[in-house]
Amino acid sequence: MATPMLELKNVTAGYGSFQALFGVSLTVNAGEAVAVIGPNGAGKSTLLRAISKLINVTAGEIVLEGRRLNDVEPHRIIELGLSQVPEHRRLFPRLTVEENLRMGAYLPAARAKFSERLEMVYGLFPRMKERRHQLAGTMSGGEQQMCAIGRALMSGPKLLLLDEPSAGLAPVIVQSIFELVRKIRKQGYTVMIVEQNVHQVLKVVDRAYLLEVGKIKASGTAQELLASDEIQKAYVGL
Amino acid sequence: MQVFDIFLLEAVLNGILFGGVLALLALGLNLIFGVIDVVWICYAELMMLGMYTVYFLHKVHGLPLFVAFAGAIVVVSALGVVLHQFVIRPVLNGEPINQLLVTGGVLTFLQAAATLMFGIEFRNIGISMPSLMVGEISLPWSRISAALTALVAMLALYLFLKKTYLGTAIRAISQDRAIMPLMGVAPAKIYLLTSAIGGALAGLGACLLVLQYDVHPAIGLSFGPLTFMVCVLGGLGNMLGGFIAAFIFAQLISVGGFYFHIEWGYVMAFGFFIVMMFARPQGLLGQK
Repeated sequence: MATPMLELKNVTAGYGSFQALFGVSLTVNAGEAVAVIGPNGAGKSTLLRAISKLINVTAGEIVLEGRRLNDVEPHRIIELGLSQVPEHRRLFPRLTVEENLRMGAYLPAARAKFSERLEMVYGLFPRMKERRHQLAGTMSGGEQQMCAIGRALMSGPKLLLLDEPSAGLAPVIVQSIFELVRKIRKQGYTVMIVEQNVHQVLKVVDRAYLLEVGKIKASGTAQELLASDEIQKAYVGL
Repeated sequence: MQVFDIFLLEAVLNGILFGGVLALLALGLNLIFGVIDVVWICYAELMMLGMYTVYFLHKVHGLPLFVAFAGAIVVVSALGVVLHQFVIRPVLNGEPINQLLVTGGVLTFLQAAATLMFGIEFRNIGISMPSLMVGEISLPWSRISAALTALVAMLALYLFLKKTYLGTAIRAISQDRAIMPLMGVAPAKIYLLTSAIGGALAGLGACLLVLQYDVHPAIGLSFGPLTFMVCVLGGLGNMLGGFIAAFIFAQLISVGGFYFHIEWGYVMAFGFFIVMMFARPQGLLGQK
């Protein structure tokens, strides 16, 4: 079998003396879209932060295309083709949309392709082109999410991590954000997405893992999980 | 009775020229605070060392003035990097009061060290530039060139911050430091670069001041508090606010000095500052 895009082996991580992840193992294959679902406080965002090295892994291994990430400096992760859309979007509020996108293309290799990728992002989000000179902090939540996703695409990643893209957005906007995720998948990006909006996210991914109190409790294809009684009762609310 | 006082106009023009220099001094301090969130209390003492650098390179070693200027900018820029790496970095995540105390300590240290090394005499690079005469108004070329240089430097910094990747990163890091690694940016490197630029601005400030003032170990006290108040009046960390505040301060000092006495100009400026701190404690353009 081919080397997976991303592999986590028994990853343990936390904040100071507080442990948030207990031996998490999971795999994302190239071309796949994988979701990590679970309730608030399950450790989903911690998981993405650990993969991007924003917090330290205390045990276990994170491997990207066969390369161990544990000892890679945080700012070098993006060079390896892994880009993250952080929780709450985290745009630079007093930079314009285009300046935010420029920050996404900060790497020397990405700078060379800046105009090409800028066109690509503007093609994906025509609204961002209209607003390119607007300060990012003055846009609506949905627009900010588009900008944040665009910023993450500017580095030309192989693997895109999305942390709760639907959080805090109006239901109709949530729909369009998931529609975008589907579009991005079609362009060939491998996507890993962390979501509380279980019903919606399972419709756009291939497989999913259920994370509860820092441990993987279940996994399977999106259809399997959607059909499972336990998930239906606890998360989908049908 | 005179309808229009030509000497008042001269005072206003001198105030504008002084404002340009003051704006440059405030810019470095504001940049450091805006990006690193630390106040270099010893900023004017770095300028003092820059003035000595010009003095020694030009007057003692006989190097051309522009070489001496370049030398001062490089030396003070390097001092800024050293200051960040060895003094600021260890307390970067510490209490703000500790950050003030360490840079305040550096101020005392630099002043004392300069006194020991250079003595307390006033030194002058001995360059006297003529004045520009427009009718009865006389404007010293040293002031005109200082103000013009300051404006060019400020414009260059603005373009750097606005147009380049590094400049954008410098502005971005002040808005969200924690996610900079996700952009592929190592915050520590940006801080060092910012310190180098802040130091270079202090070095350039030194070049402009040394044309007009004698250098001595306590010269920092003449400009440090003033620079700091300009920054606070504008809104600490707000570069545009500092720019505006510099011209307000300079105008008060110059015109106040014209009507009464130059010392009264300072009294008026500082009095205005105190009143403004009650009226608008966050500064002219600062956010609460």
